[in-house]
Amino acid sequence: MIINHPLLGPRDHQEFVCLGDATLIDRPDWRDEDAPERFHDYLHLRDNPAGEVREVWYHEHGDRSWLVVTRDTGSHEITSVELAREVARRRGRGR
Amino acid sequence: MTANFRIGGGLVDSGTPVGFTFNGRRMTGLAGDTLASALLANGQRLVARSFKYHRPRGIFSAGSEEPNALLQLHSGAHCEPNTRATVTELFEGLSARSQNHVGSLDLDIMAVNDLLSPFLGAGFYYKTFMWPAAFWERVYEPLIRASAGLGRLSGAEDPDSYDKGFLHADLLVIGAGPAGLSAALAAGSSGARVILADEDFRMGGKLNADRCEVDAEPGAEWAARAVVELSEMANVRLLPRTTVYGAYDHGVYGALERLTDHLPPGSAQSPRQVLWRIRAKRAILASGAIERPIAFGNNDRPGVMLAGAVRTYANRFAVACGRRVAVFTNNDSGWQAARELDARGVRVVAVIDSRDGPPPEPVGQAKIVMGGRVVDTRGRKGLSRILLASGRSIAADCLAVSGGWNPALHLTCHLGGRPAWNESISAFVPGANLPPGMSVAGAAGGSLGLAAALHEGHAAALAALEHLGRAPTRRPVAAAHDEPVSGSALWIVSESRPRAWIDLQNDVTLKDVRLSHQEGFRSVEHLKRYTTLGMATDQGKTSNVIGLAAMASLTGRSVPETGTTVFRPPYTPVPIGAFAGRSRGRDFRPVRLTPSHAWAEERGAVFVETGSWIRAQWFPRPGETHWRESVDREVRMTRQSVGLCDVTTLGKIDIKGRDAGAFLDRVYTGTFSALPVGRVKYGLMLREDGIAYDDGTTARLDTHHFLMTTTTANAALVFRRLEFTRQCLWPNLDVHLTSVTDGWAQFSVAGPNARSLLERIVDAGHDISNDAFPFMACSALTVCGGTPARLFRISFSGELAYELAVPTRFGDALARRLMAAGEEFDAVPYGTEALGVMRIEKGHVSGNELNGQTTALNLGLAAMVSKKKDCIGKVLSERPELNGDDQFRFAGFIPVDRSEALDAGAHFLAKGARAVTESDEGWMSSVAYSPSLGHHIGLGFIRNGHKRIGETVRAWNGVRGRDIEVEVVSPHFLDPAGERLRA
Repeated sequence: MIINHPLLGPRDHQEFVCLGDATLIDRPDWRDEDAPERFHDYLHLRDNPAGEVREVWYHEHGDRSWLVVTRDTGSHEITSVELAREVARRRGRGR
Repeated sequence: MTANFRIGGGLVDSGTPVGFTFNGRRMTGLAGDTLASALLANGQRLVARSFKYHRPRGIFSAGSEEPNALLQLHSGAHCEPNTRATVTELFEGLSARSQNHVGSLDLDIMAVNDLLSPFLGAGFYYKTFMWPAAFWERVYEPLIRASAGLGRLSGAEDPDSYDKGFLHADLLVIGAGPAGLSAALAAGSSGARVILADEDFRMGGKLNADRCEVDAEPGAEWAARAVVELSEMANVRLLPRTTVYGAYDHGVYGALERLTDHLPPGSAQSPRQVLWRIRAKRAILASGAIERPIAFGNNDRPGVMLAGAVRTYANRFAVACGRRVAVFTNNDSGWQAARELDARGVRVVAVIDSRDGPPPEPVGQAKIVMGGRVVDTRGRKGLSRILLASGRSIAADCLAVSGGWNPALHLTCHLGGRPAWNESISAFVPGANLPPGMSVAGAAGGSLGLAAALHEGHAAALAALEHLGRAPTRRPVAAAHDEPVSGSALWIVSESRPRAWIDLQNDVTLKDVRLSHQEGFRSVEHLKRYTTLGMATDQGKTSNVIGLAAMASLTGRSVPETGTTVFRPPYTPVPIGAFAGRSRGRDFRPVRLTPSHAWAEERGAVFVETGSWIRAQWFPRPGETHWRESVDREVRMTRQSVGLCDVTTLGKIDIKGRDAGAFLDRVYTGTFSALPVGRVKYGLMLREDGIAYDDGTTARLDTHHFLMTTTTANAALVFRRLEFTRQCLWPNLDVHLTSVTDGWAQFSVAGPNARSLLERIVDAGHDISNDAFPFMACSALTVCGGTPARLFRISFSGELAYELAVPTRFGDALARRLMAAGEEFDAVPYGTEALGVMRIEKGHVSGNELNGQTTALNLGLAAMVSKKKDCIGKVLSERPELNGDDQFRFAGFIPVDRSEALDAGAHFLAKGARAVTESDEGWMSSVAYSPSLGHHIGLGFIRNGHKRIGETVRAWNGVRGRDIEVEVVSPHFLDPAGERLRA
């Protein structure tokens, strides 16, 4: 499996660690009224589609970038690899 | 028995004899032989006993599909079982033995199984070894184990070495037959980076095996010239003796290169095999086709062979497989074989074609039987006669059988592709869903003719070049004629009365397939598992499709309706040693040594693995015979005066940036943004689900500069998580992380004389008095005359203690200087055991307590979770389920009878309670003998422990059968007020 790192180009998957679904970026706000429920869902509820998934991968044996990898669980095709930091910013995460 | 079956010519070197032994008997082959061709040349027809019935078996094929000729090579530690003689290159001194027989190969006692065969059909094991249950382990298992497997392992460590590597190519060509060579020439001459791999030691495939012409010269000569031309292209890498065994995601292919298997064991300097991971933008599968047999009565006798193999042995290896060869075919290639044998001077006695119709041109003096079928054979240890359905009997010592050709499409299935049925060649061909980037050329795709193979290889290369954006080559495609390839579907001679073998390797007969059908195992997958059809080293390369056809005829469906054969990697067996590569023994994984390792070794330290680190466990002194003597002494001397321990292994993370403090507030339960510069604070991290994760101290070295320490075990994981927090959760914080674990050597200096010792090391001008440098202070300073250092006044032992860090290259020197300066205090080095004893005496939590089940509340650290701010794990740590009255609480335990030892892992029970889960009140997590108190002590978790000090409970250990009374006490066994560490 080859992951096309946006900064470093194609790299072998052995250099990476997969954490899980990219929704892990969307950490709830602790001040929300229903924060416990939101955190429960954030931590434990996942879709498991046959098809496109978005996951966070860590280039541990490389530049230590966290990446959002979009891949198809059926064909194993990887359709996009983005810097997670940029995805997080686009989703409204900041300080 | 040393008859000579060698005929002239071929691609062997008649001037270079090669001596070898088979079952101890000396034989001679020629350079260029395989073990199989050399055995055949010596007239050795019987080479193996079959797996189940111990039937005599001979060489069946001339390639990696061989089901019969599995031999044991070499002796001693180099011994290797189940090696296919057909792909074993002959070398001087090779020693081979047959396997799977009791007694000699000629007189195998286990051949009695063949007489019992009516009782040993498919499912025999399932039905027989059922009752009585008491026999399962004592009788049946030893019996089954004794009969399982074929060869025997040496039992010694593998003396060979293996390597792994990466290769990159624009185009990978798999197979160097006509299609593969044609493709490689076309792509290579365009300048593309090409890798051409072939499992054979001589590239050329079918061109070496058949009498054919390419560009008006003999095929083998054309192939040899093509290989020379390719080897002169700098952009082409030839990998002979290399099997591409698997296709993986994104253009990655696994390949096994057998570097030195063709040399005497132990003679080569290079590794035995290399496991290549090949990344190719495009790939052309040109793996050819595998001939399939026809099932008829007693079709497993030595001498019954694939027709293409008989042809290969004659043409390439100059070996006649018999004095009287008969051919049984359902297609044109059988005739081609017969003609070539005749042309090579091998006597062909008969050609039996299952097809009706007028006979083609005669073949020498051979009898021609059209519409004929072989129904039975004779010959106890080798074929002597064949019987036809018509009742005719023909004397023959070799029967060359051709039931058509199956494309070697295995790699097209590795990523989920399913083969499609091609009626015209009665075989499965690659389906539409090929691995991305792969195309198929030649016989592998079902085009069985030579000209077609050359054309398709060329065309596939041009298509690949276009994909790669490269200019097409102007090189013309080599010219050849397509030989006739028409055939018919005949799988099984239904008139046969005796057993007809379908899978030679697993002794699966037509009868077994019938039984499987009768008992309801009709899907292909069930058939395989019920009868073992297609299992083991050959993975059914010559048997799968016939098995399918047999089931199809029983169910009245077509072959494609019955099922398809799909394949997983590897194409042929890959030794586990090759997958392991260099990762064996001490090199199984990387090992990290502490900066003081050499120094500790000099002092005779006993070492222990902690994760990837090797750490000093204790330092025995002369006369100490038990580890406890050493450890107790190290603890006592540290607490009395001063001790020294290498704590470099703790993770160290450098955290810089204007938001470094805010960042720490979110990863730790406590507030670090308010920590003054020059101070250290203990921090606890939670998992997002509220369970405790890791702990350590973090020092504020400057306003925007912190240094975090983590536990040794979690160093990499915490770093990974901090990066996640920084990049994914709060991407706009100004904070930067650097792992500096390996950058600093760090020593703990603990004990009442720690300060006095350090004052002899720390350079003048740095005040480390208690007032200037109190508990939890930190500072950058210099030691030993200008060496940069960092000093932290932190204590894991509970003593007045410091941790002193210097750049790693000074670590060894610092250990020696500290010990020299400590001589007047009788300073002692201590290892991880004493470290553990002292932390238990002090009541600090460690890995045994932070075990992934405990919360801050359980650990007695609830006050450390700030209510005023967010941090990872805060919200869910407040779940009511984790905060009820009846939670486990951290406590200390001492045996009521002080002479008793304690067990970690023991469970706490009320006096008189039964030892069942319902009565469980908690568990002991850490225990030690305390030299300071003179008895054993323990730490653990017990429900409501903080309110139960003074109570007596039982520590029950079902594993060791111990049940003793313990008293619940404070976890701080020593200096609970902390006077020592503030001294």
